[in-house]
Amino acid sequence: MKPRIATCSLAGCFGCHMSILDIDERILKLAELVDFDRSPINDFKHITTRCAVGIIEGGCCNEENVHVLHEFRENCDNLVSLGDCAISGGIPALRNNIPLEECLETAYLNNPGIYNPSGIVPNDEEIPMILKKVYPCHEVVKIDYYIPGCPPPADAIWDVLTALLEGRAPVIAYDSLKYD
Amino acid sequence: MTKNKQTLTITIDGKKIAVEEGITILKAAEKAGIYIPHLCAYKDLIPHGSCRVCSVRVNGRIQASCVQTVSEGMVIESDTAELLEYRRMIVDMLFVEGNHFCMFCEKSGHCELQAMAYRFGITAPQFPYLNPNRDIDLSHPDVFLDHNRCILCGRCVRTSQELDHKNVFQFVNRGHKKRLEVNAKGLAETDLNVTDSVVNACPVGALMKKRVGYEVPIGNRPFDHASIGSEIEKTEGERK
Repeated sequence: MKPRIATCSLAGCFGCHMSILDIDERILKLAELVDFDRSPINDFKHITTRCAVGIIEGGCCNEENVHVLHEFRENCDNLVSLGDCAISGGIPALRNNIPLEECLETAYLNNPGIYNPSGIVPNDEEIPMILKKVYPCHEVVKIDYYIPGCPPPADAIWDVLTALLEGRAPVIAYDSLKYD
Repeated sequence: MTKNKQTLTITIDGKKIAVEEGITILKAAEKAGIYIPHLCAYKDLIPHGSCRVCSVRVNGRIQASCVQTVSEGMVIESDTAELLEYRRMIVDMLFVEGNHFCMFCEKSGHCELQAMAYRFGITAPQFPYLNPNRDIDLSHPDVFLDHNRCILCGRCVRTSQELDHKNVFQFVNRGHKKRLEVNAKGLAETDLNVTDSVVNACPVGALMKKRVGYEVPIGNRPFDHASIGSEIEKTEGERK
């Protein structure tokens, strides 16, 4: 059986997933090497079986992100933080030094252009509870490898993935190690 | 002061080099084509010794190479696993202590802190983020000061005093409360001019010229392909 890969986007913008697709024709090679488990590519809602590699895009900004991250940690041999949001919280973490109440008020109540006659901040129980601040993944669970970048270069993703699948220690080349 | 300078012999990482007396270990190493990573040391400013990235072992003791002057027979270790680990920790701490959002920073690709992290191969910091609440001073028409990115290296404080002969910046408070301040209510009320040397002195994106961000395309920026310090290491042999 081929090793399985699972991917997900937590508090991310899917830019890192676009960068996975940016490996271009190497994706055919990847399809030969692995099977995809839970991923936006196939829309599986949960991990079905043990995975060799889990790739996490985005940090944790709400309870659901934390649940998904735990599911990945429990079911993946190697967990990889992909991109600056997973590693540092990224753009969503800009709110980390602003009180949460102020953020919600600005988003839903007191900002030019907002139409909200009921004056309610969305609080349906179907909506995951927002966390007080946005956490990088490694502050929630143990992360084994990191690929920085916004988004990470496709070469960095490819190099780390193939190294993990071949049992080598991943090394990101200088030209592919970028924080922007 | 004008007497002839003596030549001394020191050893850096097992390499014997002849140096003139009175210069710092950092400068001596640089002349010999050996790069000792550093952030707060800048050009010929009076060394500050605050960032400790340039720490080396001198005859077994850890010293900041930017402030320690050479003496005869010194044995210096710089490129060791232990010191590389310490330097990495310092850079990690600088990253988590401020709000460093490389993905939209105008300084990205030019930033010495980022370049240092690239050189050390840092993929993620090993300490939790502090997410401090810091201000941005946009009052000046041509220059802005973003405290989120400030690493307290003091290069602006010293450049303003020593090269521009002004006194625009100062540190206030101590310890973890230490922060950079301008000697007025805002930058606009100081005698800072966009042509001052200080505007180019910041190693990070804290003190920046307005309206010139992202001018250099990605791929052509100084640290896109060449690591910080590689220009010094390239000169090895030539300068001997």
